[in-house]
Amino acid sequence: MAQLTHRTPAVLKPISASFAATRHLTTASTTPITVETSLPFTGHNIDPPSRSVETSPQELLKFFRDMALMRRMEIAADSLYKAKLIRGFCHLYDGQEAVSIGMEAAITKKDCIITAYRDHCLFLGRGGTLLETFAELMGRKDGCSKGKGGSMHFYKKEGGFYGGHGIVGAQIPLGCGLAFAQKYSKDENVTFAMYGDGAANQGQLFEALNMAALWDLPAIFVCENNHYGMGTAEWRAAKSPAYYKRGDYAPGLKVDGMDALAVKQACKFAKEHALKNGPIILEMDTYRYHGHSMSDPGSTYRTRDEISGVRQERDPIERIRKLVLSHDLATEKELKDTEKEVRKEVDDAIAKAKESPHPDPSDLFTNVYVKGMGVESFGADRKELRAVLP
Amino acid sequence: MAAAITQGVGATTALSSANSKKSRFSSRKSLPDRKGTFFVVRCDGSLTSGFNLRDSRNHRLYANAVATKQDDKTASTASKPGHELLLFEALREGLEEEMERDPRVCVMGEDVGHYGGSYKVTKGLAPKYGDLRVLDTPIAENSFTGMAIGAAMTGLRPIVEGMNMGFLLLAFNQISNNCGMLHYTSGGQFKIPVVIRGPGGVGRQLGAEHSQRLESYFQSIPGIQMVACSTPYNAKGLMKAAIRSDNPVILFEHVLLYNLKERIPDEEYVLNLEEAEMVRPGEHVTILTYSRMRYHVMQAAKTLVNKGYDPEVIDIRSLKPFDLYTIGNSVKKTHRVVIVEECMRTGGIGASLTASINEHFHDYLDAPIVCLSSQDVPTPYAGTLEEWTVVQPPQIVAAVEQLCQ
Repeated sequence: MAQLTHRTPAVLKPISASFAATRHLTTASTTPITVETSLPFTGHNIDPPSRSVETSPQELLKFFRDMALMRRMEIAADSLYKAKLIRGFCHLYDGQEAVSIGMEAAITKKDCIITAYRDHCLFLGRGGTLLETFAELMGRKDGCSKGKGGSMHFYKKEGGFYGGHGIVGAQIPLGCGLAFAQKYSKDENVTFAMYGDGAANQGQLFEALNMAALWDLPAIFVCENNHYGMGTAEWRAAKSPAYYKRGDYAPGLKVDGMDALAVKQACKFAKEHALKNGPIILEMDTYRYHGHSMSDPGSTYRTRDEISGVRQERDPIERIRKLVLSHDLATEKELKDTEKEVRKEVDDAIAKAKESPHPDPSDLFTNVYVKGMGVESFGADRKELRAVLP
Repeated sequence: MAAAITQGVGATTALSSANSKKSRFSSRKSLPDRKGTFFVVRCDGSLTSGFNLRDSRNHRLYANAVATKQDDKTASTASKPGHELLLFEALREGLEEEMERDPRVCVMGEDVGHYGGSYKVTKGLAPKYGDLRVLDTPIAENSFTGMAIGAAMTGLRPIVEGMNMGFLLLAFNQISNNCGMLHYTSGGQFKIPVVIRGPGGVGRQLGAEHSQRLESYFQSIPGIQMVACSTPYNAKGLMKAAIRSDNPVILFEHVLLYNLKERIPDEEYVLNLEEAEMVRPGEHVTILTYSRMRYHVMQAAKTLVNKGYDPEVIDIRSLKPFDLYTIGNSVKKTHRVVIVEECMRTGGIGASLTASINEHFHDYLDAPIVCLSSQDVPTPYAGTLEEWTVVQPPQIVAAVEQLCQ
């Protein structure tokens, strides 16, 4: 195979070994490989897509690298929180990376994603940088929201990432609004409004679903079902934990959320559906290793055996690693090198973020209102002219 | 009743037929039997005759601003005669002009489309602009307000109509957490140019749940602006200003004021969202009010004038932020303040305004501020009881008399 010849130079040149893995990524072929998803899709009022997903070595290696980066970032955030550099709430996404990765592979940056507070990895997927992430988590100026948002308020306008919301369920009508704007401007893009199994019991979801279905809005409602709404298991909170069926008149699809390729297939399918027929619900069956947030040990409502069981059998990164190895796309060592590279990247970003300055006291008052647009706007003493009607 | 203006305000008087066309704003004659002398007060303290422009661009601006309203029957033909309409028609006119001007402006609310709006503010717009642009929503205030905010994040300029302001309590989470805060928590990445409007206030025996005054609940939300309109003239101007503003604006209308008739200019005009309106300049006492209470105050003012008092009436219009400049100048002149509002006594706009004035202008006050507000009770259905919950003109007269002793 052509890849064999690329590999040998990497082994012989240890100095450039750190770049070898990345070079390997870019030179990997794009010949399609067909993989079967781990589980078949289950549909509600819809024919599910096929289990065979087309992917390529390049895509699989990219998946591996990106998921390793996300996993590493979340673990690093854990340590930073314990070191009291990150304060307040910190909700970690490790275990659920496949949802973000698979979704990104199926859509463009013009499509919109909006989610709740477990948003660090989704932000990265949408084009956010590690520096912006860590700086925001530590409340520094270089953060994506200039340090004023925090863990639950990551946004990236250019990447189509609309946050980052703290109140459970409130982002769903916002997502409906994004889809409305897309329909209004007729730009053939879709919105993924994400929420959790806890939020699936909010009335706002059903109100938004009703409106989206009524007006055929290109909205895809994605329920990231990690089976626990903070400390309450799904069977204790919902009469019907089949969240993909709860849309009733809106079709639904249940997807194995730990399989990045299944997620990719489902999102592609959902995008086509939403553009033609209106809303669809995707239920991603996934799992989080950490507790609900850093203040939750995560073991009072579930056993450690359960957590380690899932980690052994369903871990998304391990699945891709096995795929890569079985298709001979890279060696064990190369994958380990990628992980080391990723770890270094994360450490560098943290170091840089630690050097980033804290916001100025004057930043307390910036961005409360938008200046410079509309009619004249004065302060109480009329001395400072702030804006003039154009 | 041409009042002498002291140095504090720095304005000049102008007669009704004057060339006071180029004013930033002028006082409105709201009751038909008041003979007109119009006072043109320049908020930056300069004289109206030669207005103090910062640059020539403003000069052109003011040329487009509204001329003094010619309410005199013997009106001069200095400006175009204007046209008469009712307040809800003025709102509609403002809305339509803005929708014409900017294709991103859209309306959403219950029964705004085919039905034409429960107070006819959006009548005729759906056939003209289509069902997507004038959207009939299901009865889901929380989500359609959230939807408007989400659409605003991408650049649309939605106007949310609450059929009655009280229903917007269901959308409080969206208004407080998302509407007000997203510009700040995203570090300035997203603008939320949404307008939330609807009728509120105590009507004619509508019952407790339909007679709510939400100004007091929304006033501490950072990031939003609140304005209250009271006449057709300022309704249209404020509606246009609110739509053009890039900040979220809540426009409070009043159920009983929709059928007010007034003659407004034909030319296009936009009012300033943060400015208060001088209704009647005076010397003895400053009466601050807004929305429907303005009419109760003007009625009381007639009685007071007959008794020899000279009240200065200011319609504060901007409920957040307060126009402390105009208010302050007035306080510095009269040294006595009466606030007349329809909010509840506890935690209402009057309470905040009292605190604000005390904080900024304490040295200028000769007496404690008197705040007349509605009683802290749910509005009863019985007509006589309902009358007693809101402030009535005789109470205003009594309060002023006592204050000016």
